[in-house]
Amino acid sequence: MGLGADMYRQQILDHYKNPRNYGELEDADIEHVGENPMCGDTIKMFVKLADDGVTIEYVSFVGDGCAISQASASMLSKELQGRSLESVEAMDRDDIVEMLGVELSPMRIKCAVLAEKVVQDAIAIHNGEIEIDETTTE
Amino acid sequence: MSQQAETLDIERIRADFPILEREFDGTQLVYLDNAATTQTPEPVVETITEYYRKYNANVHRGIHQLSQEASIAYEEAHDRVAEFIGAAGREEIVFTKNTTESVNLVAYAWGLNELGPGDEVVLTEMEHHASLVTWQQIAKRTGATCKYIPITDEGRLDMEAAEELITDDTEMVSVVHVSNTLGTINPVSELAAIAHDHDSYVFVDAAQSVPNRPVDVAEIDADFLAFSGHKMAGPTGIGVLYGKEHILEGMEPYLYGGEMILKVTFEDSKWNELPWKYEAGTPVICQGIALAKACDYLDEIGMENIEQHESELAEYAYDRLTAEGDVEVYGPPGDDRGGLVAFNLESVHAHDLSSILNDSAVAIRAGDHCTQPLHDVLGTAASARASFYIYNTKAEIDKLIEAVDDARQLFA
Repeated sequence: MGLGADMYRQQILDHYKNPRNYGELEDADIEHVGENPMCGDTIKMFVKLADDGVTIEYVSFVGDGCAISQASASMLSKELQGRSLESVEAMDRDDIVEMLGVELSPMRIKCAVLAEKVVQDAIAIHNGEIEIDETTTE
Repeated sequence: MSQQAETLDIERIRADFPILEREFDGTQLVYLDNAATTQTPEPVVETITEYYRKYNANVHRGIHQLSQEASIAYEEAHDRVAEFIGAAGREEIVFTKNTTESVNLVAYAWGLNELGPGDEVVLTEMEHHASLVTWQQIAKRTGATCKYIPITDEGRLDMEAAEELITDDTEMVSVVHVSNTLGTINPVSELAAIAHDHDSYVFVDAAQSVPNRPVDVAEIDADFLAFSGHKMAGPTGIGVLYGKEHILEGMEPYLYGGEMILKVTFEDSKWNELPWKYEAGTPVICQGIALAKACDYLDEIGMENIEQHESELAEYAYDRLTAEGDVEVYGPPGDDRGGLVAFNLESVHAHDLSSILNDSAVAIRAGDHCTQPLHDVLGTAASARASFYIYNTKAEIDKLIEAVDDARQLFA
């Protein structure tokens, strides 16, 4: 068994076929979209904050693309609930790889981290740290 | 499944490509990414090694023996490539870095000087970014306009539209010979005739045709034609620009420096003769010599035979891929295409498919294949592409099909 089949463990296929928290969120406090132009993966994340304004109450997403990108968004949407914005901003690609629980070839890492980057940019925009319309991965 | 006799002596050819013996986790490589780059046969590798072992020197500078040997071999490489594509001689063959640089050479040397507001460059919807982006940007800088010949539902050029789009305002028709995504073989002679009726030049992107079928620049009546060494059993780092002698003669150089000059004073410079006028600096010496060897290698097999072999493989792959009904293959039917199939499996994204195929050591390309606008027309962001060359077999396509089936089941 090489990298390919390992990449598609049951958990990833399950999240891809039955995405959690899928759909637009009308009363979102933060929303942001991103894409991998070379792959055509797109993800839009919606974040609803708790009353304290710094804790994530609920996350949803809509998107289109490969199994890795969409499963990653689905799993991340669960992972982020109840977390502080600050802790989400501190996440890196290792956290995503750990969350997915699979080994990823270098070419597929960008698929996996798209959702994370979209959320992090969304928070940065919310905090007034950056001004962009759309996130793109290299 | 694949019992029919092959056109080529595949076993003998494969013996020249030791890389094809590579195994990944005990599974032998199935290399089907030849439209991106082809593998390099031993005779070409030996030519490269021999150059560096025996006569590596700069060309056109030294009086010493090594430089003379390198210069002669490098110059004769131009003759060999000229012969390979039916050009009149070395004056019409400029060595560049790749097809992209060949397009840029003409776009800068001719386009920037000759194009202006009201002028039109006619391209096709199936152009590779190499020509599409280049002409698009040169048009922006000069005020010229780009127009695109649309494709039909079957992935062919709409020639009626072409007749209307090419007008007396057209200065350049830049068209891909064989589409790297659709596999369509475009009627370039016909397009050249239409272009010439309107006093326009025609530039043929032959990156996907020169490697696998007989191409004759005189027969096409191309004003310019470009291709890359690494897609035709040659090394990376070398491309070719063919240009009609009188046109190249009239153009200004694209790069300035050594090698491209005859006489230099503090005030002015006089250009070297063709083709050296367009080969500034120390050129791609070893790569040029190796490309000539690749031409020998391909001619020995026979370009008609290679064309026949590729079209057999393409048709076989097309038929097997479409048999299940859940695979869309882009472009014309199996019996009328170049040696590649770009496709999408209904339930599986091209990148997921490519990862799963990699698990069976099947190497294909997944993505936009440098034809993003064409993918927009096709209504998909990405596709998987299997592309064939002289060493591929139907048994390898069977392995591709098996791996596609694995993906189908995994995502069912």
